[in-house]
Amino acid sequence: MSANGKPKFAMYWAASCGGCEIAVLNIHEKILDVDANFEVVFWPVAMDAKYKDVEAMEDGSILLTLFNGAIRNDENEHIAKLLRQKSKILVAFGSCANEGCMPALANLSSIKDIMDTAFTTISTENPSNIRPQPYFTVPEGELHIPTLFPIVRTLDQVVPVDYYMPGCPPESHQIAAVIDLVIQVLQGNAQLPPAGSVIGAGGSTVCDECARKRDVKKIKKFDRIQNVMIDAEICILEQGVLCSGPATRSGCKAICPAAGSPCIGCYGPAEGALDYGARLMSAVASVVDSNDPAEIEKIFEGIPDPAGQFYRFNLAGSLMRASKSGWNG
Amino acid sequence: MQRISIDPITRLEGHGKIDIFLDDEGNFANSYFQIPELRGFERFCVGRQVEEVPILTNRICGVCPEAHHMAGAKAVDAVYHVDPPRTAKMLRELLYSAFYCTDHTTHFYALAGPDFIMGPTAPVAERNILGVIHKVGLEIGGKVIQMRKYGHTVVEMIGGRKVHPCTSIPGGLTKGITKEQRDEIETMGRWAIEFAQFTLQAFNDIVLGNKEYVDLILGDIYTHHTHYIGMVDENNKVNFYDGKVSVVDPDGKRLGKYAPNEYTDWIAERVEPWTYLKFPYLKKVGWKGFVDGKDSGVYMATPLSRLNAADGMATPLAQAEYEKFYSTLGGKPVHQRLAIHWARLIELLYAAERWVELVTDPEITSDNFRTIPTEKPTEGVGIVEAPRGTLTHHYTTDERGITTKVNLIVGTTNNYASIQMSTKKAAQNLIKKGTPITEGMLNMVEMAFRAYDPCFGCATHSLPGQMPLEINIHDVQGNLVQVLKQNC
Repeated sequence: MSANGKPKFAMYWAASCGGCEIAVLNIHEKILDVDANFEVVFWPVAMDAKYKDVEAMEDGSILLTLFNGAIRNDENEHIAKLLRQKSKILVAFGSCANEGCMPALANLSSIKDIMDTAFTTISTENPSNIRPQPYFTVPEGELHIPTLFPIVRTLDQVVPVDYYMPGCPPESHQIAAVIDLVIQVLQGNAQLPPAGSVIGAGGSTVCDECARKRDVKKIKKFDRIQNVMIDAEICILEQGVLCSGPATRSGCKAICPAAGSPCIGCYGPAEGALDYGARLMSAVASVVDSNDPAEIEKIFEGIPDPAGQFYRFNLAGSLMRASKSGWNG
Repeated sequence: MQRISIDPITRLEGHGKIDIFLDDEGNFANSYFQIPELRGFERFCVGRQVEEVPILTNRICGVCPEAHHMAGAKAVDAVYHVDPPRTAKMLRELLYSAFYCTDHTTHFYALAGPDFIMGPTAPVAERNILGVIHKVGLEIGGKVIQMRKYGHTVVEMIGGRKVHPCTSIPGGLTKGITKEQRDEIETMGRWAIEFAQFTLQAFNDIVLGNKEYVDLILGDIYTHHTHYIGMVDENNKVNFYDGKVSVVDPDGKRLGKYAPNEYTDWIAERVEPWTYLKFPYLKKVGWKGFVDGKDSGVYMATPLSRLNAADGMATPLAQAEYEKFYSTLGGKPVHQRLAIHWARLIELLYAAERWVELVTDPEITSDNFRTIPTEKPTEGVGIVEAPRGTLTHHYTTDERGITTKVNLIVGTTNNYASIQMSTKKAAQNLIKKGTPITEGMLNMVEMAFRAYDPCFGCATHSLPGQMPLEINIHDVQGNLVQVLKQNC
């Protein structure tokens, strides 16, 4: 508890895009409930405080920390460890912290490959083939920039996590519901869910909350969305366009399929899925209308980038986590 | 040699960092604005199905995913050589106009506003959005929240989601809007015009009515004579979604206009070994270092640049403000960086007017919002004006539409050289031997780059409008001799 008797709240971004912060701000007037019930002690987007202020806090003195972003460099790792130490409840907030999100597709390449690409693009004039250096001496002295880790890691690959809140970003109505729950717990009117639970999401799949009609139709061909005039009523997968709904946790109200766009899987693996991509592949295989290996192979040519399609959000959180070149840095 | 490190100032895919070196006499020697992180989008967007890239690149920035989604959408249209129906283009631009209103509003009230409304050397405790609300009036806080809400509502109606829109695909959109939605969007747009006018009036009363602030804007410390770029329509009026990029020199003379697929003739990027971010410059002029002038390829791409590079605004109320802007500041082009804030508000008004113009077009509710591509995918470039500068997405694919090359020149990146120069000049002018370094001085350095609204991540959108700064001054042996803090 702080001097004013309110429990302490923190929110932090590691390697992330800032969309999680925007999602929190999008709860609009609910943000006043956070203010009324918590003392916000560390939240770079909303207030100013420095790392050393956090370092000075007693261990476990922050009641609730929402941590978004993946672990890309040593600074991300340092803050993850620090906030773990200072927080009673640490929540992996959003896809990056939970499973790596899209930036973890970088785990398919080595750092060298990433640097070589970025510093030799078509518009780059780099005749001396310069690469940024962690330590570089300029006439006035030495300059330093951090070294990237070989692969992107999820928060729980670095520190123990108490709860997982998925989504890219988590939907605002789910954020508001979680804040309500925590306030109820503080007032003695509710219990926290068991440690390790997924919060702010459903227990089934996106398909279960999707309004589109399914009639378990089998398909002979996968196509890309640009080639298909998507019917507004029928299941997108049954129209032959890959949709991640069957493997993805519910909780978003199936907003992308409602907008005529396939589920891309941002709410992460459905309950019980050991590996997101494996679950999605098996779901997709079950709608393929063929038993002939050659024909099946032909049908799957309609999905030319399986790594990107099946592990779009989940590569860092998957069983393999990275490709060989990623692991080798 | 002494070193002053400002770390972290805030984030760009991590944090920004400024190192200032002083000579043995204690005078300013040099400064370096470093970007310490790289996520590698240009690599991991390769090998992907190209229609995914406008969704992948949303994750570059959760504050302005709309800009990446739109530049990406135009790039994939070009990859498939498909021209989306008029309704699709209007819906995309409508989404984009509403987004601009939200984004420019947030910047002005939360970030830039405090410096002007409260004053650059006002106490830190007051120099934030709450201070602004107290000074301008409580109801303005409600209006700012309302503007953000309306903008996001339109983004969700057309883009499918409030953050990271998903509906733009090669050839158009996956959905249109209903007549009921149309009416709702129109009502919100008309309110947005009033809000923009109110905001310009507040700027007029508080900033332009105060000689001290006008002198600050016009002063040399925040001035650089560089080239400017910005997208214009066929009448050379500012446009955020479509057109050609106009390039003007420091005298305001138009050097030319380039179409998206001509960008490599005009723009090149320089690599420095001490930072992960590249420095774009005008290829035809050439890189001459971090210097001003006609012979230096350094350019700026901001709201002010767009106004400087165009002949006017396409909507009547914004055009009147445009004329007033240049008559007040002494003609075109305007080089004073702090005038970016004023230019941003003129764009806010234009975006709101454009919002209403588009939503009242009879074809906006048409079902004709998609064209199925028929040609083989090859290569394409999409350019839009992100709020923080010209945004270029360039994708090359194989015949299956799998990306083989991706090149991105992101809004803020355009301004990296200019920001490096602005912070250097501010520090050079303020940090002098024998003059104690004060908190107000630090804020004056910060103002030099805050004008650009640099998207060094989203902390630049932090609610108090102030970034935590700590300057540690070390002597030659590395001993800490002085610590200066702001908001720490």
